[in-house]
Amino acid sequence: MHEVDMTKCLLISLNEWRDRREDTSAMVQTVHLDVGRFTCVEPDQLVTTYNAAVQGSWLAGSRLTIKEIPFIGRCLSCYGTYDPVPENAYRSPCCDHPLDEIVSGRELRIRSINYRSDSGAALQSVPIQRQR
Amino acid sequence: MHMPLEDTLGLNLLAANTHQAEHNNEHFQSWNLICFNLMSSPGAGKTALLERSLPSLARELNLAVLEGDMTTQLDAERLEAVGIPVVPITTGRACHLDAAMVSGGLKLLQQRLDPAALDLLLVENVGNLVCPAEFDVGEHHKVALLSVTEGDDKPLKYPLMFRNADVVLITKVDLLPHLPVDLDAIRSNILSINPDATVIEVSALNGEGLEAWHRWVRQALAQRKSPTPALATG
Repeated sequence: MHEVDMTKCLLISLNEWRDRREDTSAMVQTVHLDVGRFTCVEPDQLVTTYNAAVQGSWLAGSRLTIKEIPFIGRCLSCYGTYDPVPENAYRSPCCDHPLDEIVSGRELRIRSINYRSDSGAALQSVPIQRQR
Repeated sequence: MHMPLEDTLGLNLLAANTHQAEHNNEHFQSWNLICFNLMSSPGAGKTALLERSLPSLARELNLAVLEGDMTTQLDAERLEAVGIPVVPITTGRACHLDAAMVSGGLKLLQQRLDPAALDLLLVENVGNLVCPAEFDVGEHHKVALLSVTEGDDKPLKYPLMFRNADVVLITKVDLLPHLPVDLDAIRSNILSINPDATVIEVSALNGEGLEAWHRWVRQALAQRKSPTPALATG
C-alpha cells in the first residue's frame, strides 16, 4: 500500500520540477528511479501504481523505469564489502561482524527525467544527443 | 522544435514527505519538546505500554500522544482514560502515518493545549512493520516494539524497521515462561542488524523493565537541546 504514498511523493516532485521549468510544453517520456534493495519498495508495484496515477494528468503516457541498487554492507573488522543476508542475520560472512556500514541499498532516488520540450534546455537539462 | 532532453535530479523519492517532516521537527524544536515515533506490528503492545508507562512519566513530565489508527479511535480512548491528552489521527486505508498526517494532528493538538508546555510528544504509529519504517514524521527518535510472541526471527524478516530504531523494546516478557522463544536470539538478531540500538525488555503487565525504559526516556530528554536532531536519514 505504501507504494501509493510513494507515488504521491513522486508526483509532487515532478509537478515541482515542471513548475520550476516554467515550461508547460514539457512532455515527460521516462522517469528514471534508483531503488535500493534495502528499502520497503517493491519496484513492480511502484510502476503499476505510477501508471494508474498518471492517467488523465500531464504525465499520461510517460514511463517509470526502476534501476535496482544492490544491498551491500561493509565489514568494519576487515573493511571488506559483502551482501547482507537474513540467513546470516545480515552479519559479515568474513568476520561475523554486525551490519555496521551500509554501502548501498538504501537509495530511493529520482535519478533523471527524459522529456521533450519546445522551449529549449533549462535547469540542468542536457540534450540527449550530446550525451552520447 | 521538440528537443529530447534529460534533467538529472538526484532527488529523494520521498522528498515531499521529508520536507514536511523537517517542518514538523522545526515546530518541535521551537516548542522545545522531544518527539518519539512508536512503531511495531499490530498487537505488539504499543498502547498497553503507553497505558502503563505514561501515568508514571506524567508525574515528572508533560506529555501528549498523537494516536494513529486506521479506522477506530479505540486506542485513543484507552489513553484518554489514563489522563493523557490524545489527538486521534484516523488514517483511513493508509497503513502508516506520514509527515502530513502528523502535521494535521499537531494543528488539532494546538487547539487543545499549548505544545510549548510539553516535554514529550509520543506518536503511536499504525501497527505495521513495513511502511512506517520509510516515512519520517519529524521525530527525534524511532522506538520499535517487538513482542516475545512474535518469534525471535522477526527482526530478520523486517530488518529495516529494526535497523532504523534508536531503541527496541522487547515486550510481553512476562509470557516468556510459557513460550518456546529464545530471548537471547531476539536480542542478538536486533543487534546484528543494528549494533547501535538500545534493547530493553519490558512487560506492561507486571511492570518489569519499565524503569529502564523510563531512564532511556529521561536521557533522551536531557539531550533534547542537542543542536543536531536525530532525524533518520536514508
